[in-house]
Amino acid sequence: MMQFVTDLFANFWVSLGGKLLLVATMVPVIGMILGFAEMKLSAKMQSRVGPYFAGGRWGWAQLIADGVKFFQKEDIIPDDADKPVFKSAPILVLVGTVALFVVIPFGPGLIFNDLDVGIFYALAISSLSTIGVLMAGWSSANKYSLMGGLRAAGQLIAYELPLVLAVVGTVIMAGTMSMEGIVQAQISAGYPYVILQFVGFGIFMIAALAELTRIPFDMPIAESELVMGYVTEYSGFRFLFFFLAEFANMFTMSAIAATLFLGGYWLPGVPADVLEFAGPAILMGKVFLLAFVMIWFRWTFPRFREDQLQTLAWKFLVPLALLNIAVTAVLKVVF
Amino acid sequence: MDVGQDAIRHLSEVQVSVELETEDMTLNIGPQHPSTHGVLRLVARVDGERCYDVKPVIGYMHRGYEKLSEVRTYPQITALINRIDWVSGYANEIPFIVAAEKLMEVEVPERAQFIRLILTEMARISSHLIFMASYPLELGAATPLFFALRERERVLDLLEGVTGGRFHPNFNRIGGVKPNAGSGPTTRKTPQDLPAGFLEDTRDAMDHVLSVCDEIETLVAGNEIILARTKGIGILPPEVAAAYGVSGPNLRASGVKFDLRKVENYLPYDRFEFDVIVGENGDCWDRWWVRLQEIREAAKIIQQAIDGIPPSGPLQAKVPKIIKVPKGETYVRAENPKGEMGYYLVSDGGTGPYRLKIRSASFSNLTILPWILEGVLVPDIIAVMGSLDFVLGDVDR
Repeated sequence: MMQFVTDLFANFWVSLGGKLLLVATMVPVIGMILGFAEMKLSAKMQSRVGPYFAGGRWGWAQLIADGVKFFQKEDIIPDDADKPVFKSAPILVLVGTVALFVVIPFGPGLIFNDLDVGIFYALAISSLSTIGVLMAGWSSANKYSLMGGLRAAGQLIAYELPLVLAVVGTVIMAGTMSMEGIVQAQISAGYPYVILQFVGFGIFMIAALAELTRIPFDMPIAESELVMGYVTEYSGFRFLFFFLAEFANMFTMSAIAATLFLGGYWLPGVPADVLEFAGPAILMGKVFLLAFVMIWFRWTFPRFREDQLQTLAWKFLVPLALLNIAVTAVLKVVF
Repeated sequence: MDVGQDAIRHLSEVQVSVELETEDMTLNIGPQHPSTHGVLRLVARVDGERCYDVKPVIGYMHRGYEKLSEVRTYPQITALINRIDWVSGYANEIPFIVAAEKLMEVEVPERAQFIRLILTEMARISSHLIFMASYPLELGAATPLFFALRERERVLDLLEGVTGGRFHPNFNRIGGVKPNAGSGPTTRKTPQDLPAGFLEDTRDAMDHVLSVCDEIETLVAGNEIILARTKGIGILPPEVAAAYGVSGPNLRASGVKFDLRKVENYLPYDRFEFDVIVGENGDCWDRWWVRLQEIREAAKIIQQAIDGIPPSGPLQAKVPKIIKVPKGETYVRAENPKGEMGYYLVSDGGTGPYRLKIRSASFSNLTILPWILEGVLVPDIIAVMGSLDFVLGDVDR
């Protein structure tokens, strides 16, 4: 029997189908866990109770109920909207997020596809969702949506650069772009790279927040200014796609940061055979730690203004990231 | 030169002009918008994120209170004017009642005066706490809302205990305040003015308000992003503010030391120690800061008033059963939480006013919008508008 299963998964198509199914279930589940964490944590920070009734205890089923509710809603598309673009935008946003799951190492060898240019692929594909956001903003035939979409585009250009530059230091230290290879390099070095690359880690986290359009960088949505930014005209399950993508993206960005800087599935002192099965849990722990910080920021900080964000990116983060690269490269050659 | 060439040249000119200048976009902010405080509509001409001019369109909430009050008796009108500036309903009643009393030459008992003063200052605290809650929210920070609203609820509970209403107390009578039903059997009720323990509870609540002011100050004033978003934004010079008739905390934030509580004598404010808070630059930050300090000053006034209130005494002056105001006219203005609120009352000797002109603070404060919003960025429209703290019921009446 076991032999049969192994043989079955050796088949390319069966294995691909299995992986797709796994990702397709992981994205909503992770989205829901993080969404629920956000609800409960924000409630705690604001002396509220948060979701309480759905599911009987702690309101654990709140997001399932919300999801069901979204599917029951009428699918509204504005008359003036550019319909094909309007319909495909949420899919593109979600695809850009789901595609990131491919290169995240959950444990030793537990990776959908260990690309040689893993981190390069991740950073490239993550900007795909911004194109979806721009499409949503453009096609909605709504001035608020348009402004939100353009803000998102401006934000992408300002923040993709520090994000990539912050990663370069880690890549120099590891000598590889493969995500699995970077974790292995940290294991053989014996310490997570955040100890030496703390500047890169800080820049990466700030840029990731901007990429995720979360407070303090949520100008493309900016409820109090642009109503709901590029998602103003979306409702029902298309809105759900944006919602899921936001939380799934939060997970993938945290996972990439955890892999690059915090040692991924590895914890100092844990023997290799334990990592085989404890790896995913360790990674999840790190991811939730980073996600907690993001949620904490969201309920503490107000929002920047668009021009202040550009100033921060171009005058502060980019020079700092370049300096970080130079210092890392010099030290790499010297030692 | 034939027509075809002309047309081509014209086309090319059009082409050039299209390349050189982009079209402005007219952005309708409101009447349904998360941060226009109700149904204000702004027609903004924007070029990208830059806003060139703004035209406020008001009237979506016009309820015709000036006209309605002409067909009502004096005691009925307080129920209407509660609803002008609904976040400080109690404070709205005072100038109107005082205007009627002035024409009737009624002397209000001291204890009633003190109760009026305490409740007015509580209305001020609750109104300013709403501002403390909503302003950071407009800048994107959601959490200060809950800190401020929690304390506001404490204050509103006390107001409700005395008056029976959280928002619309309808508590003032001409010649005093409404005596509560009191305790005892229905046939022999002892009139009771304040609920048992009210003064102690209020003193306690003021301590809480003062402590939440400190909390808000650390949460909001200690935040770099808030400072970056508000300092130097929406500067209102004192002479412009005065020229547009801006009043209240907005005027004081511009550095004008003018407070009707010190100038007029509609309530016995002269017996209490309090400072008139003024800002330095007149920007959004100063308007926030002045309001925070005013909460503290109001708490100080209430604490002094609790110490000084006469322990017993009548609540109501002798007035006829059917109130008729002698022929005459008067204008009484008061320092409301939003600014100067005044009633110009014209009486022809009947049971209701012949004409009542309501001068509301928010209406005059809102007239500054086209001036102050010229050339700001779109996010700053919200920051500046929120800092002026107007209520649409107070604008449209």
